[in-house]
Amino acid sequence: MDDTLRELYQEVILDHSRHPRHFGALSGATHSGEGYNPLCGDRVKIYLHVDDAGRIADIGFEGKGCAISQASASLMSDMLTGRTVGEAEKLMGGFLHLVKGEAAGDLSPDDRERLDVMAGVSAFPMRVKCATLAWHTMKAALEGGQGSSTPAKSE
Amino acid sequence: MSALTKTIAAFDPVAARADFAILKREVYGKPLVYLDSAASAQKPRPVLEAMRAFAESEYANVHRGVHFLSATATERYEAARQTVRAFVNAQYTDEITFTKGGTEAINLVAQSHLSPHLTPGEEIVLSVMEHHSNIVPWHFLRERQGAVLKWVDVGDDGWLAAEAVAAAITPKTKLVAIAHMSNVLGTVTPLKQIVAAAHARGVPVLADGCQGAVHESVDVCDLDIDFYAITGHKLYGPTGIGALYAKRAHLKAMRPFNGGGEMIAEVTREHVSYADPPARFEAGTPPIIEAVGLAAALDYLAALDRAAVKAHELDLYTYAREAVRGFNWLRVIGDAPGKGAILSFETAGMHAHDVATILDREGVAVRAGHHCAQPLMERFGVASTTRASFALYNTRQEVDALIAGLEKARKILG
Repeated sequence: MDDTLRELYQEVILDHSRHPRHFGALSGATHSGEGYNPLCGDRVKIYLHVDDAGRIADIGFEGKGCAISQASASLMSDMLTGRTVGEAEKLMGGFLHLVKGEAAGDLSPDDRERLDVMAGVSAFPMRVKCATLAWHTMKAALEGGQGSSTPAKSE
Repeated sequence: MSALTKTIAAFDPVAARADFAILKREVYGKPLVYLDSAASAQKPRPVLEAMRAFAESEYANVHRGVHFLSATATERYEAARQTVRAFVNAQYTDEITFTKGGTEAINLVAQSHLSPHLTPGEEIVLSVMEHHSNIVPWHFLRERQGAVLKWVDVGDDGWLAAEAVAAAITPKTKLVAIAHMSNVLGTVTPLKQIVAAAHARGVPVLADGCQGAVHESVDVCDLDIDFYAITGHKLYGPTGIGALYAKRAHLKAMRPFNGGGEMIAEVTREHVSYADPPARFEAGTPPIIEAVGLAAALDYLAALDRAAVKAHELDLYTYAREAVRGFNWLRVIGDAPGKGAILSFETAGMHAHDVATILDREGVAVRAGHHCAQPLMERFGVASTTRASFALYNTRQEVDALIAGLEKARKILG
C-alpha cells in the first residue's frame, strides 16, 4: 500500500470508525448541533452537556459516514470531554489547521500527538471535509446552543 | 462468424483510445483508469482540434456583424444546430435550442413552457430515479406556484414500468419528466410507451437525455416526444453547451427565458418584441466554440458503429457485473433488464468515499456519493454508492484494475 494511504487509513482511524467512542444521543444535552456534508450526503448530530463551570461534561454523537468522518467524530468526542469551552475552542482551531496541512499553532505536545492520526488527511484534499464535519458541527453547537444546525463548510 | 462477434469487431476500442490523449496519463504513478464518464466524458482529439481550428481561423460573434468572420462563425454555429438535429433525428433544425447544458435545457422547459400556465394543485409526474437537474426545476414550480410533484417508484431492480408512470397521470397532470437512462442505476426507461400513455391523456413528456443520448440512439420523431434534453460534455464534447429538442408547436407558445441580445425582434423604450424560436431562447452571446466542439463530438460518434459501441460498453458492464458477483460484501443497485453500462454498488462496512479514495490511489477514477439523485438513495436506503460507468474507450483490463482495487479496499477497510 502506498504510504499516504497507509497514513490515512492507519489502525487507530479504522479502530475509531469501527468502534466509535461516545456514539449515541445524550439525554439532557445542553447543546446540540447537526452537520451535513452535501458532497456525500453524510450527516452527524452532536450532543453535549456543558456544566455550570463551563466544562464539557459529556459528549455524544450520532450519524453515518465514511471511516474518516466517523473516526474524527469519535476522536474529537474523546478529546474534548472534560475540557472547558475555551480549551475546546483552542483545540478545535488547532485541528482545523492541522488537517489542512497548516501550522497547528499552539496545540499542546500531547494534543498534537493524539491528533497526529488525522494529519494524513491533509494529503487528500477531497477528504478534508469528511474530517472536519464533526468539528464544525461541534463549533456550531457550542456557539448556537440547543438545536443549532450547520451545513458543512467549504474548506 | 457469429452475429455477436461481428458486431464487436465493428468497433475497436483500442484504436478509439488513441484519440483520447488523457487516457495515456498516469495518476499517482499508476495508469489512469477512467470509469467516471457518466459524470463527464473525456474529449477525443477531433473535438479539441475542431474547437482550436475554429477559434484560430473562423471565430467571431454570431448573428451580429456583417463582416466575413461573423458570417463564417454564424454558418458554423448554425451547422452545429443542424448536426444536433440529425443526431436526435428531429424534423426541423429550428426545434433545436442551444443551452448551457442539460440542466439549463430542463429549466427552460420549466420556466418557459410550464410556469406561465401552471395553476396551484396541477401536477408534474417524475420518477424517483431522476437526477437533481430533473427534480429541482419542478421543485421551483412547487415552491413558487403550488405545483404538486407525483413520484413514480422503480422496482427493486431499478426498472421503471410505463404502466406505473401512466397510473400516476391524472386530469391535473401537466407534464411527465423522466430520464431516458438513469445516471445511477443505468436503467433505460421505456420512453416510447411512456410517451404513448401520456399522450393518450393529453400530457406532454420531457426526457432527460443526458445519459440516454450517450448510449442509446435517439429518434425524437419515432418517440413522438415533446422535449428531449442533452448535454455536450457527457457526449465526448465540451462543457458549457447542451441542447433542448422541443416540438415546434411547443416552442412557438413558450415565453422567453433569459432576456438580452439575440433573443429580440425589436426593443424600444416602451416595448420589446421577441425573436422566433430558437433565437428567442438563446439570449446573449452563445457558446459558439463549444457548439463547434459539440458538432465535432456528434460527428465523431456518428462515424462509429454505435450499436457496436453499445455492445462493447455492455460487454464491459457484464464482465464487471460477473466479477463482483463473488463479493458477498458488495450489493449492486440496479439490475433492470436492458440496462446500460453503469455499475453502482454499496459495500458492507465500507463507505463509498473510502472505497473511492483507495481506488483513486490505484489510478481508478470512480464516482462516490449520492450522484445528484438523493430521492433514489432514499428509495434504496443508502446514503451513497460507488459508481463505475463505462464508455467507448474503456477496456476489460480496466475492469480488472477496478476489481483488484475493490479487493484492496476490502483488505484495508473490511
